[in-house]
Amino acid sequence: MQAVLEAMAETVRAAAQGARPLRPRGGGSKDFYGNELAGEPLDTRAYAGLVNYEPSELVVTARCGTPLAELERALAANGQMLPFEPPHFAPGATLGGCVAAGLSGPRRASAGAVRDFVLGTRLLDGRGRLLAFGGEVMKNVAGYDVSRLLSGSLGTLGVILEVSLKVLPRPAAEMTLRLEAPQDKALEWMNHWAGKPLPISATCYLNGELSVRLSGAAAAVRAARETLGGEQLGDGEGFWATVREQTHPYFAPEAPLWRLSLPSSAAPTRLPGEELIEWGGALRWLASAGEARTIREAAQRAGGHATLFRARDKSPGAFTPLGPVHMKLQRELKAVFDPARIFNPGRLYPDL
Amino acid sequence: MGEAVPVERIDIARQREVVRRLREFLPAHAVLFEDEDTRPYECDGLTAYRRVPMVVALPETDEQVRRVLQACSALGVPVVPRGAGTGLSGGALPLADGVLLSMAKFMRALRVDPVARLAVVQPGVRNAAISDLVAPFGLYYAPDPSSQIACSIGGNVAENSGGVHCLKYGLTVHNVMRVRGYTVDGEPVDFGSEALDAPGYDLLALAIGSEGLLAVITEVTVKLLPKPQLARVVMASFDDVETAGKAVAAVIAAGIVPAGLEMMDKPATHAVEEFVHAGYDLEAAAILLCESDGTPEEVEGEITRVKQVLSDAGATRMTVSRDEAERLRFWSGRKAAFPAVGRISPDYYCMDGTIPRRRLGEVLRFIGEMEQKYGLRCPNVFHAGDGNLHPLILYDANDPGQLHRTEQFAREVLEKCVEVGGTITGEHGVGVEKIDQMCTQFGRAELEAFHAVKRAFDPAGLLNPGKAVPTLARCAEYRGMHVHGGQLPFPDLPRF
Repeated sequence: MQAVLEAMAETVRAAAQGARPLRPRGGGSKDFYGNELAGEPLDTRAYAGLVNYEPSELVVTARCGTPLAELERALAANGQMLPFEPPHFAPGATLGGCVAAGLSGPRRASAGAVRDFVLGTRLLDGRGRLLAFGGEVMKNVAGYDVSRLLSGSLGTLGVILEVSLKVLPRPAAEMTLRLEAPQDKALEWMNHWAGKPLPISATCYLNGELSVRLSGAAAAVRAARETLGGEQLGDGEGFWATVREQTHPYFAPEAPLWRLSLPSSAAPTRLPGEELIEWGGALRWLASAGEARTIREAAQRAGGHATLFRARDKSPGAFTPLGPVHMKLQRELKAVFDPARIFNPGRLYPDL
Repeated sequence: MGEAVPVERIDIARQREVVRRLREFLPAHAVLFEDEDTRPYECDGLTAYRRVPMVVALPETDEQVRRVLQACSALGVPVVPRGAGTGLSGGALPLADGVLLSMAKFMRALRVDPVARLAVVQPGVRNAAISDLVAPFGLYYAPDPSSQIACSIGGNVAENSGGVHCLKYGLTVHNVMRVRGYTVDGEPVDFGSEALDAPGYDLLALAIGSEGLLAVITEVTVKLLPKPQLARVVMASFDDVETAGKAVAAVIAAGIVPAGLEMMDKPATHAVEEFVHAGYDLEAAAILLCESDGTPEEVEGEITRVKQVLSDAGATRMTVSRDEAERLRFWSGRKAAFPAVGRISPDYYCMDGTIPRRRLGEVLRFIGEMEQKYGLRCPNVFHAGDGNLHPLILYDANDPGQLHRTEQFAREVLEKCVEVGGTITGEHGVGVEKIDQMCTQFGRAELEAFHAVKRAFDPAGLLNPGKAVPTLARCAEYRGMHVHGGQLPFPDLPRF
């Protein structure tokens, strides 16, 4: 592994000297995400493997090239899981890409996001230096929390070499219910339930049908089923996999797919297009050929933001533009870790 | 702990100039500079370090905060933000040539949204007041540092405070959705969102726990959780601390994530029992408090499993709280541990290292050796669920030899925490107190990166300077004195 690391560092240093852009890449499962790709791929897959996993510590440390599926299998063998239920989007997805993309799955609203479970990272920065932030313990306030900053940075700050994550036990019981309701009613229910001590671990609303996953102790799941009502879904696990991996027929059409991140209680957007709602109302997918500006303004009015998630034409910019003060801070932070701007230039914002 | 605080004199001409400038937009009562008025601000919860600030500013509005920052930036005066002053690492220690910016008047709750389950409050609002405020909706704010009746949410954000329920419910960073405030030059900033994420780099995560070095916040949006229907706690006795430590690992290994999991050793329970009469087993070498919360069905099932695991792990006695009053009584001792220890010793020094749980036995043995070596007693309270240790060194500040020995004792323990793969501070922050130990935990490259992050927000270095991140020169000097055999932490980590 040492040789792999040295080689990557050498590639980075040479790229920095020649101002040649690089894009760290694992399985390429999230190549579609963000603005247009630039730079020579820097394959991270050789830097792989579990570094430390002690189930009773609820912590796992693994190298960036570790396949996400392999990591999840190791955890499952010990009755544990990645609590944020990350989407893979393709068989080769790696841990590094998962943290760099910062995307979480159906359990996000109840358990937390990728960044909430990142405890420590090792980073190869734009000067080819190796930096270690955070660690393998759950409480750690020494130094700025750079590890969480790296989550969702889309590989623009450096190569995330190694990640330590908090993990959790898998729930003892799980059940998916399906209820019928119009959208405004479903949003009202989801917000109401989230304010009650119910073991809801995922929600999904599409075309008048609200799916609710219950996870926890068997007794609590049974009791919640009585409270919520509805029909039990046969293959709940299969259904949530299609939502998480976006293999559900909803995601098939060619229209651009927007990801609207809104306050959970925001009113229905009434934007043109098909909507699929997750995270208790806080995540609204919108398949729409509508104007980018209209969609972004609607999201901002509702108190959130809109990302052009999947589209052939990303010319409106994948991510919601930031205000000048915010953008200046982001530029300065980029310069801290990647002064020569070699990592994924433009993938997050044109200036980064 | 750092070096002794140098005695610094206040430059009277400079003080006059700053006071005149601040009074252009602050009323006279909001600008303090007479010694009798500024003296109450000389320290925070870490009383071993004291320094009287040149000026204290007590703004009441966002606009006043902005103008204080602009004025100080223009004059090149450093600014030290302060919340309730309960911090334990000297993060709010004033500067003799600086303005202490007290946020104490930012006491209002601005908005509670029970449907979206969030509350927007000003930073001076006390942690416990938030839960009181939203209790009628069946909601609460989860992080509960032991000082929660006094500490402010602004200070919690600055330190990324934890509490006794972190393992299940997370730290401040997991429970704050958004902060608003100003950079040091008075530019408004807004990190996070009422949605679950925000575009761009996660500056909210970076700001939380930044110890007032990056921005001054004037508004915090916290996430509220539904109050569990029921909570019960198992109190278990052990005749050996290492056995208790292994019992903690056994609980987690059994797939249980308790709402709280705390350990106290015999010296700690003895100090506490006299003070609050919590009903602790005084014969036990260590006691564990293991809390389960949720629906009545969940709690019943979990308590049964916890009792089985603890019993198998060697618990000698177990009591389960029968009602809420008894549960709170069991916890009262843990929450009162610091003041209780304060009664049995003229002074105490609280450490805050975090370690991987499996190294607990080794670290406790090491602390025992240090008690012998330095001739000082050290009861232990321990957030066992998340590995956060609070050994309390008992000393007498009037005996300068004892203070010095305490500092050496603490340094060795914190370095041990780093050596076993942990950290020098789990939740109290670095402040001025642990600034030298930062040199043990981080190498030159990381410290350079931290300084560069600071410059990204505060190029002139005016916001809480001298805290949290040591200068490279200071570390070079410190390492020259203390590093064992010239070894850096992570000796396996290549340093290119």
